[in-house]
Amino acid sequence: MGLFILRRLGVMILTALCLTFIVFWLTNLYPNLEKLAKTQGNFRMSDEAVTSYLTNRGYTQSLPVKYGQWLGVLPGWEIEGSDGELRRRCEEGQNYCGVLQGYWGYSTVFKEDVSKIIATRLALTGKLMFWVLMVMVPGALIIGILAGMREGSKLDRSLSTFSIMTTATPEYVSGVVLIAVFATPLFGMQYFKGTATSAMDDANFQNFFLPVITIALYGMGYIARMTRASMTEVMTAQYIRTARLKGVKFRTIVIKHALRNALIAPFTVIMLQIPWLLNGVVIVETLFNYKGFGWTLVQAASNNDIELLLGVSVVSVFVVLLTQLISDIGYVFLNPRIRIS
Amino acid sequence: MEPLTWTGNVGDFLNPIFWIAAVILLVSVIAQIILSFFAEEMTLQANPDGTLMRRGGLFGLVERLTKYSFFAVVLIVLAYIILGVVLPYGSVGIVGNMAKQFTPVWLALIATFALSITFKRSLGLYGKLFDSTVGMIGFGLVMFWVFTAGFAGMFDMLATHDPLQQISGLKNKLPGVPLPEGVEGYPHYLLGGDNLARDVFSRMVYGSVIVIAIAPLATVFAFMVGITLGLPAGYYGGRLDTILSFLANLILAFPVILLFYLLVTPEIVATGIPTFMATVLFIFPLVFFGVLINSRYHTQPTQRTIMLAVVLGVLGLLYLSLISQEGTVFNFMPAALDLFDISSGILVVFVSVVFVNSPTVFRIVRGLALDLRTRDYVAAAQTRGESSWYVMLWEILPNARGPLIVDFCLRIGYTTILLGTLGFFGLGLPPESPDWGSTINEGRKLLLIFVHPALPPALALLSLVLGLNLLADGLREESLKD
Repeated sequence: MGLFILRRLGVMILTALCLTFIVFWLTNLYPNLEKLAKTQGNFRMSDEAVTSYLTNRGYTQSLPVKYGQWLGVLPGWEIEGSDGELRRRCEEGQNYCGVLQGYWGYSTVFKEDVSKIIATRLALTGKLMFWVLMVMVPGALIIGILAGMREGSKLDRSLSTFSIMTTATPEYVSGVVLIAVFATPLFGMQYFKGTATSAMDDANFQNFFLPVITIALYGMGYIARMTRASMTEVMTAQYIRTARLKGVKFRTIVIKHALRNALIAPFTVIMLQIPWLLNGVVIVETLFNYKGFGWTLVQAASNNDIELLLGVSVVSVFVVLLTQLISDIGYVFLNPRIRIS
Repeated sequence: MEPLTWTGNVGDFLNPIFWIAAVILLVSVIAQIILSFFAEEMTLQANPDGTLMRRGGLFGLVERLTKYSFFAVVLIVLAYIILGVVLPYGSVGIVGNMAKQFTPVWLALIATFALSITFKRSLGLYGKLFDSTVGMIGFGLVMFWVFTAGFAGMFDMLATHDPLQQISGLKNKLPGVPLPEGVEGYPHYLLGGDNLARDVFSRMVYGSVIVIAIAPLATVFAFMVGITLGLPAGYYGGRLDTILSFLANLILAFPVILLFYLLVTPEIVATGIPTFMATVLFIFPLVFFGVLINSRYHTQPTQRTIMLAVVLGVLGLLYLSLISQEGTVFNFMPAALDLFDISSGILVVFVSVVFVNSPTVFRIVRGLALDLRTRDYVAAAQTRGESSWYVMLWEILPNARGPLIVDFCLRIGYTTILLGTLGFFGLGLPPESPDWGSTINEGRKLLLIFVHPALPPALALLSLVLGLNLLADGLREESLKD
């Protein structure tokens, strides 16, 4: 087991390195750097001025070297510029400064340290995600269990139709429809607010319900379908039949015998669904103007804010890989039929 | 001209009936769900005189009520559509006039269903689809949009106005607004005007053309890539599998939106990376068909050479004219040979959608190949001395078709969602493009004040994806029955 976790960790770190390198490469392509130079300097810069601006700030070094410096495994650059000014990547007295040392760079859009921005924005998105999970997971499990309890019944068919409906509705569609119905006077049901900007400081039912339910609905259908599949499989198992023949009440069978075994598969699905929620978070935060992590990603990407975008990518890649790791390990722990030699 | 109401004169007597039926349906469905927890299960009881009796009491009553009110709702909706088609312009409202615009689509749908149901026993899996209600509903929804895209894209039918035409004075006007005096053309904006005074209805119709053209084709390419790489990975296993799986997991671990933002910006397009990716990704169909033909017919060299020459010649020409484009790094084809040019925006969108989808297909195909390679018919083919590619493409692949067809339907839906996401963030396609994602993006900016520009494309996208999901469900059900 220890070796298994160790190997998974190794693969995870390798994946993280590859992915951050790809993001680093794509954001540090010359056209992006040229745009950076022009927005930071001035828009009428000649080509030579752009080159000297970039050279003075260490952007024209070779890609692996820049990546190593950004990561913090190579000493930061120290360049005497063409204008005679000596510039350093790191502060005085430091040789290594990169992501590993906790130096995440400086955002050109928000004029603030990237690590600070990410910390505050992540906290906001964390609040959103918490409520999404609180709505989505119990909702999906209840729907899946009720539907899978008696396969083919009316209840099963209505709930399955509902889950198909929600998986077929991406967040930008359900968000628009929900806002149209519940946040405009059109249908006379104006119960909620169409923006969640005020929810950043003070989240209440009125301004936070729509964004939460929009994200939760899309993920709910998929988890519910997986739970239903797992539940129907368990309900046809031999030990359930034995229990029924013994005369155990149906409710007791479902709660005591079936549920524990039926919930192993949904656990993996829920963990793997979290990276997909990230997608929903970006869409919903843009739609409802909730300035969290996803909103920051859009701002960083559309304004060519290289260091912020790198920071955002590192965090999101790690969220994805970490949930994968947890789901793998958790599955082995939960399911006694799997043995890792 | 008077503004149109939603249902016009027809609505005066149809609307109350419709609402009554709808409310009864809703109440009975809810009652049914609640009752299913408490009521006894329905049983059939055999009487001594040889008749069967259905026992169920209240539950059975509610069930029958649901059935009849459902039929009533369907009938009334059909009445709206048929009356709209038949009655002259002006006496029916917005719904009826939209139904009239879609007349060719209804005819095509009726023809398709009539033909398919008549010959369903001789049509294989496709015919079996018409045994399942869910599958038929899904197929109907999908074909509705396919025909809409076909008629609008090829013959310029259905739409009432040009999707880019702006008529001053109709900015953000509500559905059913008449055109101002003296303006030529269709007398109303059926679903109102958008923020730039364009017709929402026509934009929705033309948006389907873009979605229906890109989504299935991109899915086909993703399947080509996934199959060509997934089969050997699953069949050979070993180091090849390890490397390919690692690469697939690498792409899968990327948050999709981040990838889109990184790939679809003008700066990246300027470097030519999407064109390079297109060059690599689009070669897979050539490889696939080349190997497919060669592995089967390599014992009859003359026949094989002719087939290979024809197929690879056609595909090669398409491939070269696809990647050779003006203004990109690859611009080598003489204009006479270059069959078509795709605008770089659409190419980038296409490439990134294929790129995101192919690792998932790869994983599915690899899993199926891993499972199927231990079967007896594979062992038999190996003993006959068939080549590995023959075994993979002519023995394993046909036997994996069931799950692959189902996933293909689901994946078109997912691709549609991805295209919408790209449009929603204003990536790739030009901002005036009528595709559904871009129109939703346009509409959402004023969503709290004007709802009508954003809702039609959102509901259109929802119905197409829902149709594909239901179709996949029906196919899965029917293919499991074998």
